Amino acid sequence: MIRSDVLRDIAPIIRDHLVICNIGLPSQELHMIDDQPTNFYMLGTMGLASSIGLGLAMAQDKPVISIDGDGSVLTNFGTLPTIANNVADNFILLIVDNGSYGSTGDQPTYAGKKTSLAAVASACGCENVVECAAEDTGKTLQAALDSGKMTIIVCKCESGNIKLPVITKDPVVIRDRFMTAVKA
Amino acid sequence: MSISSKLVDDFIANDVSFITTVPCKQLAGVIDEVEARPEIHHVPANKEDEGMGLCAGAFMGGKRPAIIMQNTAIGVTINTLVTLTQFYRMPLPMLISYRGELREPVSCQVEMAVHTKALLNQLHIPTYHFHRESDADEFDTILKYTFMCNKPVAILTDASFWGGYGDQ
Repeated sequence: MIRSDVLRDIAPIIRDHLVICNIGLPSQELHMIDDQPTNFYMLGTMGLASSIGLGLAMAQDKPVISIDGDGSVLTNFGTLPTIANNVADNFILLIVDNGSYGSTGDQPTYAGKKTSLAAVASACGCENVVECAAEDTGKTLQAALDSGKMTIIVCKCESGNIKLPVITKDPVVIRDRFMTAVKA
Repeated sequence: MSISSKLVDDFIANDVSFITTVPCKQLAGVIDEVEARPEIHHVPANKEDEGMGLCAGAFMGGKRPAIIMQNTAIGVTINTLVTLTQFYRMPLPMLISYRGELREPVSCQVEMAVHTKALLNQLHIPTYHFHRESDADEFDTILKYTFMCNKPVAILTDASFWGGYGDQ
Protein backbone atom coordinates (compact mmCIF):
# COMPACT_ATOMS: atom_id res chain seq x y z
CA MET A 1 0.00 0.00 0.00
CA ILE A 2 1.16 3.52 -0.76
CA ARG A 3 0.18 6.66 1.16
CA SER A 4 -2.90 7.42 -0.95
CA ASP A 5 -4.20 3.89 -0.25
CA VAL A 6 -3.74 4.47 3.48
CA LEU A 7 -5.57 7.80 3.29
CA ARG A 8 -8.42 6.16 1.36
CA ASP A 9 -8.63 3.48 4.06
CA ILE A 10 -8.76 5.88 7.00
CA ALA A 11 -10.96 8.53 5.36
CA PRO A 12 -14.18 7.21 6.98
CA ILE A 13 -12.47 7.21 10.41
CA ILE A 14 -11.00 10.71 10.25
CA ARG A 15 -13.98 12.35 8.50
CA ASP A 16 -15.62 13.49 11.72
CA HIS A 17 -12.42 14.62 13.44
CA LEU A 18 -10.15 17.62 13.22
CA VAL A 19 -7.26 16.82 10.89
CA ILE A 20 -4.06 18.76 10.28
CA CYS A 21 -2.67 17.43 7.02
CA ASN A 22 0.94 17.66 5.94
CA ILE A 23 2.22 19.81 3.07
CA GLY A 24 2.34 18.59 -0.50
CA LEU A 25 0.94 15.33 -1.76
CA PRO A 26 -0.67 14.19 1.54
CA SER A 27 -2.87 17.29 1.58
CA GLN A 28 -3.59 17.04 -2.14
CA GLU A 29 -4.54 13.38 -1.78
CA LEU A 30 -6.78 13.92 1.24
CA HIS A 31 -8.37 16.91 -0.47
CA MET A 32 -9.19 14.76 -3.50
CA ILE A 33 -10.28 11.66 -1.53
CA ASP A 34 -12.54 13.34 1.03
CA ASP A 35 -12.48 17.12 1.36
CA GLN A 36 -14.01 18.14 4.69
CA PRO A 37 -14.25 21.46 6.55
CA THR A 38 -12.57 19.65 9.45
CA ASN A 39 -9.41 19.26 7.35
CA PHE A 40 -6.68 21.88 7.62
CA TYR A 41 -4.47 21.61 4.56
CA MET A 42 -0.91 22.81 4.89
CA LEU A 43 0.10 24.53 1.67
CA GLY A 44 3.62 25.25 2.91
CA THR A 45 5.83 25.08 5.99
CA MET A 46 7.26 21.56 5.88
CA GLY A 47 7.57 19.93 9.28
CA LEU A 48 4.96 21.72 11.34
CA ALA A 49 1.88 19.47 11.02
CA SER A 50 2.64 17.89 14.40
CA SER A 51 3.25 21.26 16.07
CA ILE A 52 0.06 22.80 14.69
CA GLY A 53 -1.90 19.71 15.73
CA LEU A 54 -0.48 19.72 19.25
CA GLY A 55 -1.21 23.43 19.67
CA LEU A 56 -4.77 22.86 18.47
CA ALA A 57 -5.23 19.88 20.80
CA MET A 58 -4.00 21.87 23.79
CA ALA A 59 -6.32 24.78 22.98
CA GLN A 60 -9.60 22.86 22.80
CA ASP A 61 -11.12 19.47 23.69
CA LYS A 62 -12.01 17.77 20.39
CA PRO A 63 -9.75 14.99 19.10
CA VAL A 64 -7.06 16.16 16.69
CA ILE A 65 -5.22 13.94 14.19
CA SER A 66 -2.06 15.26 12.59
CA ILE A 67 -1.19 13.37 9.42
CA ASP A 68 2.54 13.74 9.06
CA GLY A 69 5.29 12.11 7.03
CA ASP A 70 8.63 10.60 7.95
CA GLY A 71 10.51 13.29 6.03
CA SER A 72 8.56 16.05 7.75
CA VAL A 73 9.12 14.62 11.22
CA LEU A 74 12.83 14.42 10.44
CA THR A 75 12.68 18.11 9.47
CA ASN A 76 11.15 19.07 12.84
CA PHE A 77 12.64 16.49 15.19
CA GLY A 78 12.29 18.88 18.13
CA THR A 79 8.55 18.29 18.00
CA LEU A 80 8.79 14.81 19.57
CA PRO A 81 10.16 15.90 22.99
CA THR A 82 7.64 18.77 23.01
CA ILE A 83 4.82 16.31 22.36
CA ALA A 84 6.14 13.89 24.99
CA ASN A 85 6.37 16.57 27.66
CA ASN A 86 3.06 18.30 26.92
CA VAL A 87 0.62 15.40 26.95
CA ALA A 88 -2.69 16.17 25.26
CA ASP A 89 -4.86 13.06 25.34
CA ASN A 90 -6.97 14.36 22.45
CA PHE A 91 -3.94 14.33 20.15
CA ILE A 92 -2.90 11.63 17.70
CA LEU A 93 0.17 11.96 15.53
CA LEU A 94 -0.09 9.65 12.52
CA ILE A 95 3.26 9.45 10.76
CA VAL A 96 2.86 7.91 7.33
CA ASP A 97 6.35 6.49 7.01
CA ASN A 98 7.09 5.50 3.44
CA GLY A 99 10.83 6.01 3.80
CA SER A 100 10.89 8.72 1.19
CA TYR A 101 10.35 12.39 0.48
CA GLY A 102 7.30 11.66 -1.65
CA SER A 103 6.36 15.17 -2.75
CA THR A 104 9.81 15.92 -4.11
CA GLY A 105 10.35 12.75 -6.14
CA ASP A 106 10.71 9.91 -3.64
CA GLN A 107 14.25 10.60 -2.52
CA PRO A 108 15.01 8.19 0.36
CA THR A 109 14.83 9.42 3.96
CA TYR A 110 16.90 8.12 6.87
CA ALA A 111 13.65 6.75 8.35
CA GLY A 112 13.68 4.24 5.50
CA LYS A 113 17.23 3.25 6.38
CA LYS A 114 18.64 2.85 9.92
CA THR A 115 16.50 5.35 11.85
CA SER A 116 13.35 4.12 13.59
CA LEU A 117 10.90 6.96 14.22
CA ALA A 118 8.98 4.78 16.69
CA ALA A 119 12.16 4.22 18.69
CA VAL A 120 12.99 7.94 18.54
CA ALA A 121 9.49 8.88 19.73
CA SER A 122 9.77 6.45 22.63
CA ALA A 123 13.24 7.73 23.50
CA CYS A 124 11.83 11.27 23.53
CA GLY A 125 9.38 10.18 26.22
CA CYS A 126 6.22 9.57 24.19
CA GLU A 127 4.22 6.97 26.11
CA ASN A 128 1.91 5.41 23.53
CA VAL A 129 3.89 4.69 20.38
CA VAL A 130 2.56 2.13 17.94
CA GLU A 131 4.23 1.00 14.74
CA CYS A 132 1.88 -0.72 12.34
CA ALA A 133 1.77 -2.12 8.82
CA ALA A 134 -0.03 0.04 6.29
CA GLU A 135 -3.06 -2.27 6.09
CA ASP A 136 -3.54 -2.06 9.89
CA THR A 137 -3.60 1.74 10.01
CA GLY A 138 -7.38 2.04 10.23
CA LYS A 139 -7.84 -0.26 13.20
CA THR A 140 -4.74 1.17 14.93
CA LEU A 141 -6.07 4.69 14.49
CA GLN A 142 -9.54 3.73 15.71
CA ALA A 143 -8.02 2.05 18.77
CA ALA A 144 -6.02 5.20 19.51
CA LEU A 145 -9.16 7.34 19.25
CA ASP A 146 -11.05 4.94 21.52
CA SER A 147 -8.23 4.88 24.09
CA GLY A 148 -8.48 8.60 24.84
CA LYS A 149 -4.70 8.65 25.21
CA MET A 150 -2.22 10.68 23.24
CA THR A 151 -0.78 8.28 20.69
CA ILE A 152 2.00 8.35 18.11
CA ILE A 153 1.35 5.96 15.22
CA VAL A 154 4.09 5.12 12.76
CA CYS A 155 2.46 3.55 9.72
CA LYS A 156 4.99 1.75 7.56
CA CYS A 157 3.92 1.87 3.92
CA GLU A 158 5.45 1.73 0.47
CA SER A 159 6.65 4.82 -1.33
CA GLY A 160 4.82 5.98 -4.40
CA ASN A 161 2.53 8.72 -5.56
CA ILE A 162 -0.57 9.23 -7.63
CA LYS A 163 -1.05 12.07 -10.09
CA LEU A 164 -3.36 14.77 -8.85
CA PRO A 165 -3.82 18.53 -8.96
CA VAL A 166 -2.54 21.07 -6.45
CA ILE A 167 -4.99 22.65 -4.00
CA THR A 168 -6.15 26.00 -5.30
CA LYS A 169 -8.30 26.98 -2.32
CA ASP A 170 -7.25 30.26 -0.76
CA PRO A 171 -5.37 29.69 2.52
CA VAL A 172 -7.57 32.13 4.41
CA VAL A 173 -10.65 30.24 3.19
CA ILE A 174 -9.14 26.93 4.35
CA ARG A 175 -8.31 28.45 7.74
CA ASP A 176 -11.67 30.17 8.21
CA ARG A 177 -13.65 27.08 7.19
CA PHE A 178 -11.53 24.99 9.56
CA MET A 179 -11.97 27.39 12.50
CA THR A 180 -15.73 27.37 11.97
CA ALA A 181 -15.62 23.55 12.10
CA VAL A 182 -13.51 23.64 15.27
CA LYS A 183 -16.14 25.82 16.97
CA ALA A 184 -19.14 23.81 15.70
CA MET B 1 6.12 46.42 39.55
CA SER B 2 8.84 44.71 37.52
CA ILE B 3 8.87 45.21 33.78
CA SER B 4 8.37 41.47 33.30
CA SER B 5 5.22 41.55 35.44
CA LYS B 6 3.90 44.53 33.51
CA LEU B 7 4.40 42.81 30.14
CA VAL B 8 2.74 39.60 31.32
CA ASP B 9 -0.11 41.58 32.91
CA ASP B 10 -0.68 43.14 29.48
CA PHE B 11 -0.70 39.71 27.83
CA ILE B 12 -3.35 38.53 30.29
CA ALA B 13 -5.41 41.72 29.97
CA ASN B 14 -5.52 41.09 26.21
CA ASP B 15 -6.64 37.48 26.70
CA VAL B 16 -3.35 36.00 25.51
CA SER B 17 -3.54 32.57 27.13
CA PHE B 18 -1.07 30.44 25.14
CA ILE B 19 2.59 31.40 25.07
CA THR B 20 5.49 29.46 23.66
CA THR B 21 9.06 30.40 24.49
CA VAL B 22 12.62 29.73 23.41
CA PRO B 23 14.91 31.20 26.04
CA CYS B 24 17.38 34.07 25.97
CA LYS B 25 19.33 35.37 28.97
CA GLN B 26 17.64 38.72 28.49
CA LEU B 27 14.18 37.12 28.60
CA ALA B 28 14.70 34.90 31.65
CA GLY B 29 12.61 37.14 33.93
CA VAL B 30 9.64 37.41 31.60
CA ILE B 31 9.70 33.66 30.88
CA ASP B 32 9.66 32.95 34.64
CA GLU B 33 6.68 35.29 34.93
CA VAL B 34 4.83 33.54 32.09
CA GLU B 35 5.45 30.17 33.74
CA ALA B 36 4.17 31.47 37.08
CA ARG B 37 0.80 32.74 35.82
CA PRO B 38 -2.11 30.29 35.93
CA GLU B 39 -3.95 32.25 33.23
CA ILE B 40 -1.29 31.30 30.67
CA HIS B 41 -0.60 27.90 29.14
CA HIS B 42 3.18 28.00 28.75
CA VAL B 43 4.76 25.58 26.27
CA PRO B 44 8.53 25.78 25.90
CA ALA B 45 9.58 24.99 22.31
CA ASN B 46 12.84 23.54 21.05
CA LYS B 47 13.00 25.81 18.03
CA GLU B 48 11.11 28.95 17.16
CA ASP B 49 9.47 27.65 13.98
CA GLU B 50 8.08 24.77 15.99
CA GLY B 51 6.79 27.36 18.47
CA MET B 52 5.05 29.26 15.68
CA GLY B 53 3.37 26.02 14.59
CA LEU B 54 2.11 25.50 18.14
CA CYS B 55 0.81 29.09 18.15
CA ALA B 56 -0.98 28.58 14.82
CA GLY B 57 -2.74 25.52 16.21
CA ALA B 58 -3.66 27.27 19.44
CA PHE B 59 -5.07 30.21 17.48
CA MET B 60 -7.25 27.92 15.38
CA GLY B 61 -8.37 26.28 18.61
CA GLY B 62 -9.69 29.60 19.86
CA LYS B 63 -6.80 30.86 22.00
CA ARG B 64 -4.84 34.04 21.57
CA PRO B 65 -1.17 33.00 21.26
CA ALA B 66 2.19 34.73 21.58
CA ILE B 67 5.82 33.76 21.18
CA ILE B 68 8.81 34.93 23.19
CA MET B 69 12.20 34.44 21.50
CA GLN B 70 15.55 35.97 20.58
CA ASN B 71 16.14 38.02 17.42
CA THR B 72 18.38 35.25 16.05
CA ALA B 73 15.08 33.39 15.58
CA ILE B 74 14.15 35.70 12.72
CA GLY B 75 16.81 33.84 10.76
CA VAL B 76 15.22 30.53 11.72
CA THR B 77 11.58 31.39 11.12
CA ILE B 78 11.31 33.35 7.87
CA ASN B 79 9.71 30.47 5.98
CA THR B 80 7.21 29.82 8.77
CA LEU B 81 6.31 33.49 9.15
CA VAL B 82 5.67 33.79 5.42
CA THR B 83 4.02 30.46 4.54
CA LEU B 84 2.05 29.87 7.73
CA THR B 85 1.47 32.95 9.88
CA GLN B 86 1.15 35.47 7.06
CA PHE B 87 -0.23 33.20 4.31
CA TYR B 88 -3.14 32.03 6.50
CA ARG B 89 -3.48 35.49 8.12
CA MET B 90 -2.93 34.65 11.75
CA PRO B 91 -2.10 37.09 14.56
CA LEU B 92 1.16 36.54 16.44
CA PRO B 93 2.72 38.95 18.90
CA MET B 94 6.46 38.21 18.99
CA LEU B 95 8.20 39.53 22.10
CA ILE B 96 11.82 39.44 20.97
CA SER B 97 15.07 40.08 22.80
CA TYR B 98 17.10 42.35 20.54
CA ARG B 99 20.57 40.99 21.17
CA GLY B 100 23.58 42.66 19.60
CA GLU B 101 22.48 46.22 20.39
CA LEU B 102 24.14 48.78 22.72
CA ARG B 103 25.56 47.17 25.90
CA GLU B 104 25.88 43.77 24.19
CA PRO B 105 28.89 41.84 25.50
CA VAL B 106 28.88 39.05 22.87
CA SER B 107 30.23 40.19 19.50
CA CYS B 108 28.56 37.45 17.45
CA GLN B 109 25.13 38.74 18.49
CA VAL B 110 25.82 41.93 16.54
CA GLU B 111 25.99 39.94 13.30
CA MET B 112 22.28 39.12 13.54
CA ALA B 113 21.33 42.46 15.09
CA VAL B 114 22.44 44.35 11.98
CA HIS B 115 20.04 42.29 9.87
CA THR B 116 17.09 42.11 12.26
CA LYS B 117 15.18 45.25 11.32
CA ALA B 118 15.99 44.88 7.62
CA LEU B 119 14.56 41.38 7.58
CA LEU B 120 11.43 42.38 9.50
CA ASN B 121 10.99 45.30 7.13
CA GLN B 122 11.43 43.05 4.09
CA LEU B 123 8.76 40.72 5.53
CA HIS B 124 6.39 43.70 6.06
CA ILE B 125 6.10 42.83 9.74
CA PRO B 126 5.04 45.79 11.91
CA THR B 127 7.99 46.34 14.26
CA TYR B 128 8.32 48.24 17.55
CA HIS B 129 11.61 48.78 19.36
CA PHE B 130 11.61 49.10 23.16
CA HIS B 131 14.78 50.93 24.28
CA ARG B 132 13.65 52.72 27.43
CA GLU B 133 11.50 51.17 30.13
CA SER B 134 8.69 53.66 29.45
CA ASP B 135 8.44 52.29 25.87
CA ALA B 136 6.59 49.33 27.40
CA ASP B 137 3.64 51.65 28.02
CA GLU B 138 2.67 50.90 24.41
CA PHE B 139 2.73 47.12 24.80
CA ASP B 140 -0.99 46.91 25.58
CA THR B 141 -1.82 48.94 22.45
CA ILE B 142 0.54 46.83 20.32
CA LEU B 143 -1.23 43.65 21.44
CA LYS B 144 -4.63 45.14 20.56
CA TYR B 145 -3.23 46.17 17.16
CA THR B 146 -1.87 42.66 16.51
CA PHE B 147 -5.21 40.94 17.12
CA MET B 148 -7.03 43.64 15.17
CA CYS B 149 -4.96 43.13 11.99
CA ASN B 150 -4.23 39.34 12.18
CA LYS B 151 -0.54 39.76 11.46
CA PRO B 152 2.71 38.77 13.11
CA VAL B 153 4.02 41.83 14.95
CA ALA B 154 7.55 42.18 16.35
CA ILE B 155 8.41 43.89 19.63
CA LEU B 156 12.19 44.19 19.83
CA THR B 157 13.46 44.68 23.38
CA ASP B 158 17.12 45.67 23.69
CA ALA B 159 19.62 45.43 26.56
CA SER B 160 19.03 49.01 27.64
CA PHE B 161 15.32 48.25 28.00
CA TRP B 162 16.08 45.27 30.24
CA GLY B 163 18.65 47.18 32.28
CA GLY B 164 21.78 45.97 30.52
CA TYR B 165 24.23 43.37 31.74
CA GLY B 166 25.68 45.43 34.58
CA ASP B 167 28.65 47.79 34.34
CA GLN B 168 30.81 47.53 31.24
